[in-house]
Amino acid sequence: MADFEIPEPKEIPVIPRVQPGVMSHSAPFVAKPNFQEPLGFPGELVDNWEDVAVKKLGELTGKYRSLQVYLDSCVKCGACTDKCHYYLGTSDPKNMPVARQDLLRQVYRRYYTLAGQYFPKLVGAVDMSKEVLDDWYSYYHQCSQCRRCSVFCPYGIDTAEISMAAREIMDAVGQGQKYCNEIIGKVYKIGNNLGLPEPALVDTLEGLEEEVEEDTGVKVRYPVDEKGAEVLLVTPSADFFAEPHVDGLIGYGKVFHQAGISWTLSSHASEAANFGMFIGSYENMQRVSMRVREAALELGVKRIVFGECGHAWRVAYSFLNTLAGPFDFLDPKYPVPQHICEVTHDLIKRGALKLDPSANDDMVLTYHDSCNVARASRMGDSPGGQFFIPREIIKAVCNNFVDMPPDTIHDATYCCGGGGGLLTDDLMELRVKGALPRMEALKQVVDNDGVTHMAAICAICKSQFTKVIPYYGFGMDMIVSVHQLVSNAIVLANNEQ
Amino acid sequence: MPIEVNGKTFETDEEGYLANLNEWEPDLATVMAKEDDCELTDNHWEVINFLREYYDEYQIAPAVRVLTKAIGKKLGKDKGNSKYLYELFPYGPAKQACKYAGLPKPTGCV
Repeated sequence: MADFEIPEPKEIPVIPRVQPGVMSHSAPFVAKPNFQEPLGFPGELVDNWEDVAVKKLGELTGKYRSLQVYLDSCVKCGACTDKCHYYLGTSDPKNMPVARQDLLRQVYRRYYTLAGQYFPKLVGAVDMSKEVLDDWYSYYHQCSQCRRCSVFCPYGIDTAEISMAAREIMDAVGQGQKYCNEIIGKVYKIGNNLGLPEPALVDTLEGLEEEVEEDTGVKVRYPVDEKGAEVLLVTPSADFFAEPHVDGLIGYGKVFHQAGISWTLSSHASEAANFGMFIGSYENMQRVSMRVREAALELGVKRIVFGECGHAWRVAYSFLNTLAGPFDFLDPKYPVPQHICEVTHDLIKRGALKLDPSANDDMVLTYHDSCNVARASRMGDSPGGQFFIPREIIKAVCNNFVDMPPDTIHDATYCCGGGGGLLTDDLMELRVKGALPRMEALKQVVDNDGVTHMAAICAICKSQFTKVIPYYGFGMDMIVSVHQLVSNAIVLANNEQ
Repeated sequence: MPIEVNGKTFETDEEGYLANLNEWEPDLATVMAKEDDCELTDNHWEVINFLREYYDEYQIAPAVRVLTKAIGKKLGKDKGNSKYLYELFPYGPAKQACKYAGLPKPTGCV
């Protein structure tokens, strides 16, 4: 099944012995010039790339104080060393967060600290070289920017931000990653990560309307570009395309239908994802975000709601107002933006949805906290809302729910293994190995509690698990969308809008 | 790596997808499938042909529900689901079937 060794899930997870260099061969395809240039990056490695890289590093530490603090403040305490799923799954010591940070830190010390300039060997400072660049390209594409390590770091050093900076430097010298940069280009050209043009989107949504009517006898609408709708729904394009994502999208539509909320998708902003964050590029992140603002203005909506997408929610919740605000044209009664889980949770609490949880009685559910939702955002109006709101929704629509072990959920959740721009086939070995800690936790509740399905609210998590879970002996249909469960349980009434 | 079929050379990208959509011919699909130890049956061809027709109209491969619906209509309701498509294309209908059909690989969070 695979040309690499699949890690054996252990009943009690074990911290592996280090195996230096075992993942040094892992690197994604490099972006060709046609994927680099539309994003404003050089097409290929520039001649004086060493100088450009060092200068860019200085620019970034000047612009982002946090980055400089992270590079200055590590005391090598070791708290992070066994916290990264990629280290646990691969045993490569460069996948320990501290070692990953040091790849950038060693160059920072050489050029931007006094000790490193005069006594480089004493402080572990090295020159910018091809060897360093290759290491960066390999190991900064073995970080899913999930930020689990930062939860355990006594200084709060955020490896995600360091890996974003490293990727930005690599883009600046002309060595970008094909997967992310091709996709961002498609967002600019066509409007979404998939490259799904408007006519195909319309055709797909019409098909869904027919499907839901056949299944339920009720005409639920999946509208696109409808001016004057109350809600603009921005959702990952995987929701149109893939399973189990599409069952979540069907669920959003049923919720809006049942609550009598008029809504629309936008062909201009037909993507929630914002890979600009993964590559650390503020400019690209802003350009991708502006589509949401433009679509909201164009369609005259009063609210913006995001669908099930982990990092999109981080960008939306934490950065959207700065990137694309102010959103003073929206209804101030609602948070800007809102998560679909907040909308559904609120409706459930108010008794506005008629639910029959026995519709999901064929399943015993567990819930995977997506890293960007768990550790980089919130939901609702009280701390921890991002943990309890999705769980309360699941419990309202399912009779059987079991949580995975406490050190693998909430803010200690493990990444699915495919986040941060690594959900690409050329990194399959890394993805399979990086899923190990989550698979071990899942196996525990499968064996002990009879769990049959795992729900998630992130398109990347859903695709990653669907793909890698068979390597661990589980069925790919074990992964479900949270709103798929809502969709199963919701009792629809004819509610013509 | 380029693929040789009937004395002609076809350029592909890093992942083996055909570089130029218009160059596609049926024998190329057969050769690509053979490399994956897959023998193309009439049912495979129903999928491949539908993908190409859909792409022709919409410049994108069909979403999974569009595909299952269309295949269900052609081959019978019991075959209109992704389980059946995975039996035909174990590496995933979207990616493997697109490759044989000469279409670009679907990108994004899929």
